[in-house]
Amino acid sequence: MKITLFIPCFIDAIYPKVGMAMVQILEKLGHTIEFPGELTCCGQPPFNSGYWPEARRLARPVLKRLENAGAIVIGSGSCGAMLKSFYPQLFAGEPEEAAANALSAKCFEFSGFLVNQLGVTDLGASFPHKVTFHDGCHGLREMLGKQPPRELLKHVRGLELVEMTEAETCCGFGGTFATKFASISTAMGEVKCASAAETGADYMVSNDSSCLMHLKGLLDRQGRPLKTLHLAEILVQS
Amino acid sequence: MTGNATQFQNDADRLTSDLTHRQRIQSAMTKYYAARYPRQAIFRDWQEGRQTAAETKWAGINELDKHLAEFEKNAVSRGTSVHWTSTSEQARQVIVDIIRRHNAQRIVKSKVMTSEEIHLNQLLESLGFEVVESDLGEYIQQLKNEPPYHFVFPCMHLSREEISDLFENHLGTAQTHDPEALTMIARDVLRKKYIEADIGITGANFIVAETGMISITENEGNARLTAALPRVMITLVGIEKILPRLADLALFLPMLATAGTGQPLTCYNTMYGGPRQPGEVDGPEEWHVVFLDNNRTTLLADPEQRDALHCIRCGACLNVCPIFKNVGGFSYGTTYQGPIGSVITPHLRGLQDWKHLSSASSLCGACTETCPVKIDLHHHLLHNRRNAVAEKPGRLESLLWQGFTFLMKRPWLYQTGLRVGRLLQPLHGLVKGDILDPARAWTKSRELPEIAPVSFRDYWKNRPLVSAGDRKGGPP
Repeated sequence: MKITLFIPCFIDAIYPKVGMAMVQILEKLGHTIEFPGELTCCGQPPFNSGYWPEARRLARPVLKRLENAGAIVIGSGSCGAMLKSFYPQLFAGEPEEAAANALSAKCFEFSGFLVNQLGVTDLGASFPHKVTFHDGCHGLREMLGKQPPRELLKHVRGLELVEMTEAETCCGFGGTFATKFASISTAMGEVKCASAAETGADYMVSNDSSCLMHLKGLLDRQGRPLKTLHLAEILVQS
Repeated sequence: MTGNATQFQNDADRLTSDLTHRQRIQSAMTKYYAARYPRQAIFRDWQEGRQTAAETKWAGINELDKHLAEFEKNAVSRGTSVHWTSTSEQARQVIVDIIRRHNAQRIVKSKVMTSEEIHLNQLLESLGFEVVESDLGEYIQQLKNEPPYHFVFPCMHLSREEISDLFENHLGTAQTHDPEALTMIARDVLRKKYIEADIGITGANFIVAETGMISITENEGNARLTAALPRVMITLVGIEKILPRLADLALFLPMLATAGTGQPLTCYNTMYGGPRQPGEVDGPEEWHVVFLDNNRTTLLADPEQRDALHCIRCGACLNVCPIFKNVGGFSYGTTYQGPIGSVITPHLRGLQDWKHLSSASSLCGACTETCPVKIDLHHHLLHNRRNAVAEKPGRLESLLWQGFTFLMKRPWLYQTGLRVGRLLQPLHGLVKGDILDPARAWTKSRELPEIAPVSFRDYWKNRPLVSAGDRKGGPP
């Protein structure tokens, strides 16, 4: 199958290894990967800030470029939700409405794509560590639910998954929210980090690098030994 | 920023650093979850129940005019007086007129959030009437001279010790930290108040159009006493509390109790159908139902957000909201706190003055997920943000987003920016955390992520071309 990867800006710039891991996994499964390098931003930051015309200006090239794509896979529930759930809202009543709905139908979050579309749960990975999983809100509530990432983790050799009490509670990143309301964002992140640390896990894993960027920033500042990793990075460990 | 926005930011900054406060709210909510979710699981199908509830409210709100008229016709036929008020001002006037007509002096109230909305107590007290809240939490807040902290749990932010101190100061009672003993202190005071009161003011949880009745659901029996003992009963209720049919309560009462407090049903569920009828021995001589619009029809006129009128004020969206749990109820500065308050307050009290509450959200969607009537809460926060910008864009912010869009629309410029960022990154340490740090809002509490030496784009561009089947190696 030809799969198009949509790489969010923060994966491109800060966490390229997540993108590389996704490529490695999908290619190992025999698929051909296409990466449209001319696409930079899905438009979520201006969209979430209320600047919808600006968001449309960023989203239009995405719609156009991905018009003929097959499955589009995104390694972040946040940008994934933008393409899948919010483009149809953003373009409701606009000439691109039909294109936005068509795009929505073929966008998948990475772990959901592996489990639900490809029927793959065991990638032969091995990671002998104690891990707790953070559900990114957009992935959890706008895209796929709780199960796919856990299904994948369950099949990783040696990995012990310990659920934290606050697994489904927002980490407090929220894009521009993190700086506009920094004190609230930080307090939310502290709740998350404390809950993760309480499990005694070595790693906090998520399928959304944007949450992890915020959480890692907090963990490092607090000097907690807990490390963060994207799910895809675990699935390539052997 | 408006004064409200500044106040919110300041309160949020202060309360997020108050760990005792955060801990108290967090632990109260943990108890709520423990009660609610097992209770919810007993429903044959909670999700189907939510769907039915949403559809029922949809039917009620979509033909609100018809249903309200039906209520009026049925209620009037049993001697109830129905008053229609468009504004807070009108509602206050109607209520004051009724009180004055009866030469009344003492007023007892059960829990009425709409009266908070129209600032009724302040007015009545300024006019020299005695007003006593009879809901325990509301009574405590009244003694403290504070508005409700949470529209379902008015004094959840207080400890037993604080309540005991409050009673000691105001009522001269002995210290006790036993919840039952504290309740008995309030009861002693309140029982006398019911008997002395000339007027009882209640709210309503539901307006039943089909039968011209209102439904009040409560745990203390105080609304029953407020309604039954004084000779005049006044019910102040927002027009959106409509339900088309009596049978709808079969779903809504248990649903409200479950979502609100994790109970199967609240302890007292009462239907009020009119004043004392000929031949009856008790009940109020007069019953006045005061319908309050107060910009609810503005919300009704907005097809995108109309479903916010479905709200049954269970408070569940507050209870699951990570913002609420960290900033608490008072920071909002609104009658209705939490996600529902952030959605509706801009409609009720002005978008530009209250838009900041819609921005103060990470859009996590926990509210929408928990809402028993399926209000699309977190998406409405996005709609409010969009509407606020469309109406009056911020000059600097507008420029910022145009710049961002300009940059991101040009991959070469974005990549150049990334390279420049990578070069400047080592210098960040010089300004990190101080006033010159452009990332100060982030770095005040968090470490800044590092730009990777090789971006994904560069990796992709430079990787050797081989067929998919040959790729076995990992990333460099």
